[in-house]
Amino acid sequence: MLSVRNLSAGVEDKPDILKSISLEVRAGEVHAIMGPNGSGKSTLAQVLAGHPGYVVTAGEVTYLGQDLLAMPPEERARAGVFLAFQYPVEIPGVNNAYFLKAAVNEQRTRRGEEELDAMEFLELLEEKLRLVEMDRSFVNRPVNEGFSGGEKKRNEILQMAVLEPRLAILDETDSGLDIDALRIVARGVNRLRRPDNAMILVTHYQRILQYIEPDHVHVLFDGRIVRSGGQELAVELERKGYDWIRAEAGAAQPAGR
Amino acid sequence: MSTTAKTLEALANREYKWGFVTDIEADTLPPGLDEEIIRQISARKREPEFMLEWRLRAYRHWATLQQSAGEPKWANISYPPIDYQQIVYYSAPKRKAGGPASLDEVDPKLLETFEKLGIPLAERERLAGVAVDAVFDSVSVATTFKEKLAELGIIFCSFSEAVQNHPDLVQKYLGSVVPYTDNFYAALNSAVFSDGSFCYIPRGVRCPMELSTYFRINTAGSGQFERTLIVAEEGSYVSYLEGCTAPRRDENQLHAAVVELIALEGAEIKYSTVQNWYAGDAEGRGGIFNFVTKRGKCAGRRSKISWTQVETGSAITWKYPSVILQGDESVGEFYSVALTTNRQQADTGTKMIHIGRNTRSTIISKGISAGRGNNTYRGLVKILPRAAHARNYTQCDSLLLGDRCGAHTFPYIEVANATSVAEHEASTSRISDDQLFYCKQRGLSGENAVNMIINGFCKEVFRNLPMEFAVEAQKLLGVSLEGSVG
Repeated sequence: MLSVRNLSAGVEDKPDILKSISLEVRAGEVHAIMGPNGSGKSTLAQVLAGHPGYVVTAGEVTYLGQDLLAMPPEERARAGVFLAFQYPVEIPGVNNAYFLKAAVNEQRTRRGEEELDAMEFLELLEEKLRLVEMDRSFVNRPVNEGFSGGEKKRNEILQMAVLEPRLAILDETDSGLDIDALRIVARGVNRLRRPDNAMILVTHYQRILQYIEPDHVHVLFDGRIVRSGGQELAVELERKGYDWIRAEAGAAQPAGR
Repeated sequence: MSTTAKTLEALANREYKWGFVTDIEADTLPPGLDEEIIRQISARKREPEFMLEWRLRAYRHWATLQQSAGEPKWANISYPPIDYQQIVYYSAPKRKAGGPASLDEVDPKLLETFEKLGIPLAERERLAGVAVDAVFDSVSVATTFKEKLAELGIIFCSFSEAVQNHPDLVQKYLGSVVPYTDNFYAALNSAVFSDGSFCYIPRGVRCPMELSTYFRINTAGSGQFERTLIVAEEGSYVSYLEGCTAPRRDENQLHAAVVELIALEGAEIKYSTVQNWYAGDAEGRGGIFNFVTKRGKCAGRRSKISWTQVETGSAITWKYPSVILQGDESVGEFYSVALTTNRQQADTGTKMIHIGRNTRSTIISKGISAGRGNNTYRGLVKILPRAAHARNYTQCDSLLLGDRCGAHTFPYIEVANATSVAEHEASTSRISDDQLFYCKQRGLSGENAVNMIINGFCKEVFRNLPMEFAVEAQKLLGVSLEGSVG
C-alpha cells in the first residue's frame, strides 16, 4: 500500500531531519514508529501528509501505485491518507459537524460518489460517535475550540472514523491522554482496523501498544530507522529506555545527538 | 507566494456580477450644485414649502462648511478631492406625468433590471415575505405589498410619496435624529436627497413581513442621495433590510445617504444592510464613495434598535450606524462584518450614546482585510452622568489575509458615572498555514477552507441577519450555506 524508499526530508532551516528512511506498509498492517523526542517521528508523519512547511530532499514514496510526493495535500486526503494531528488546529466559529460534513462530501464528490444529505450524514455521524464512544454534544461545538487536550485527540479519531481512510497516520495520539481516554481511543482505533486499510502509529511510549497491537515496530533515532521488529521490540524499549538505543547508535556514530 | 496567499488572491479577484448598465431615457438635471438646482429638485417632486425651506437651510449650511472646514478629515481613508460641481444631483428614469406609477406603468426595462439583480417586482414573482421599495438613481420605481401592509396601518412607501401623503409625519420626524447640521455629508444629503423609503409602524403592530429597499445607481456621473426614515410607534416591531449595487465604471461615484430610525416606548427596529456597491478594480480605479450617516434614537422606555451590516462593496466606506439610548432600559446593538480587498478602504463602526438609566449596548465588529485593503473600526461608547447602571460590551475582531493589508482599531470609551460598566475585547488574527493544512488534510480545497474559516469568523454577525440576507451575505463572502448542519 505504502512504499517509502530512501526518504530524506526536513524543514528549510534544517533540511536533514529524516535521513534515508525506508518503510513498507501492506494492507491490513499496523506499524508503530517509536523514538525519543526530536528523532524525526512527527516530521515523517507531516511529510507523508504533505505539510507545505517540509521539504523532501531525496527518495520517493509510492501510495497505491501513485507518486504520493507529487500530490497536493488535499488530493492525498481524497485518496485516503489521513493524519491524526499531534496538535489539532482550532477553527473558531465552524461547527464540528459542518466541518466534517464538508470534508466527507468533498471527498465523495472527488471520488465520483453522491454527496450525503443532512439526514444521511447525521446517521453516519451517530453511528461513528457510538463507535468511538463520544457524546453528541461534541459535534455542535466549533472545531477543536475550547476542547481539552484529550477531547481534541478523540475528535481526531472521530474524524478518522467518519472519513474511513485507507492509510491512517496517528501522530502521538496517545500523548496527553489519561488512561481511560487512552483505552477509549485505542478501542476506537481497533474497531477501525480492517484487512483493506493500514495504520502508522507514531508514539513516544509503549503504553498505547498494549491496547493496539502492532504488526511491526520501528525505532527512529536521529532521522534513521535504527531497528525494526515485532511487538517484543516495543517491550524491550520500554524496559531499557531510549538510552540503550542512544548508546548503540552513538557507538556507531560519535557525532550523534 | 504561499498557498494561503494564492487562494486569497483568487477570492479577492472575483468578478463583480452586478456591474451592468441599464440603457434607459432619463430626466437628468445638469451637474453642479446651487440654490437653483435645489429649487428644481423640489419643484420636480412638487414638494410642500416646508421641504424646500429645509433643503435650502441645509444647502446654506453645507455651503458654509464647504467654504470653511470642508469634508471631515479625521477618518483613516485617503482619496482625491471630490469636485461637487461635477456631480449630477438628480437623474430619474422618464415616466408618464402624474403621481407614482402603478406597477403596470413602470418601464419594463426597470423591472428587468431589478429582476436581473434578483429583486423581482411583478406580483406573481415577488419575494415571499418581503416587501420591497426599489430605488433607481434618484427615484423609487415601485413598492410592493403596499396595500397589504396598509390594512394593518403600516405605511411603507417611497419618501416622495410620504412627503405628498403624510407631510405631518415627515415634518415631525425628518432631521429629528440626524439634523442637517450633523456633518458635511448629512448637510449635502438634506439639501439634495431625491428619494428613499419611509416606514411608519403604528402602535402595537408587529410588521408581518420584512420591509426592504433595494438601491441601484445607474446613470454615469450621478450621485445617489437617498433618505430613509423609519418610525416605530409604542410597542411595535419592524425588521428592515437594505441592499445596493452599481455598474462597474472607472470613475468614482458618490453615495451619501442618511438613515433615521425612531423607536418609541417598547418598540423594536431591526435594520440590516448588505452593502455591495461596486468596489473599483484591482488597481483601485472606480468604485463608489459610500459616505453614509445612519442613526437611531431609542426615544422611549424599553425600546430597542439593532443594526446589522455586511459591508463588502464600495471603494471607500465611511459609516457609523449609531444609537442614542435616551429611554430608560433601552437597548442598542451593532453587528458588523466589513470586508476590504484589492484597494478598498473602510472606516466604519458605531456610536452608542447612553443617556437613559439601565441602558444596554452591544457591539460586535468583524473586520476582514485582504489584498491591499485597509480596514478601520472606529467606535464611541459614551455613558452620560444620568445613565446610571448602563452597560456596554464591545468585541472587535480583525482577520488579516495576506501581508499587504491593514487593520486598525480606534475605540473611544467615555464613562461619566460610577455605576456603569463598559467592556472592550479585541483580537487580531490571520488564517494560518496550519489551519489551511488541517482543512486540506481532510480533503477540502484551499478555497473552500478559506471560505469556511471566514464564515466561522463572521458567525456571530451572520446569525443576526434575516435568513434570505444571511444566504446572500455568505455568498458575497464567497461562502455557501449549502450543507450547513445543526
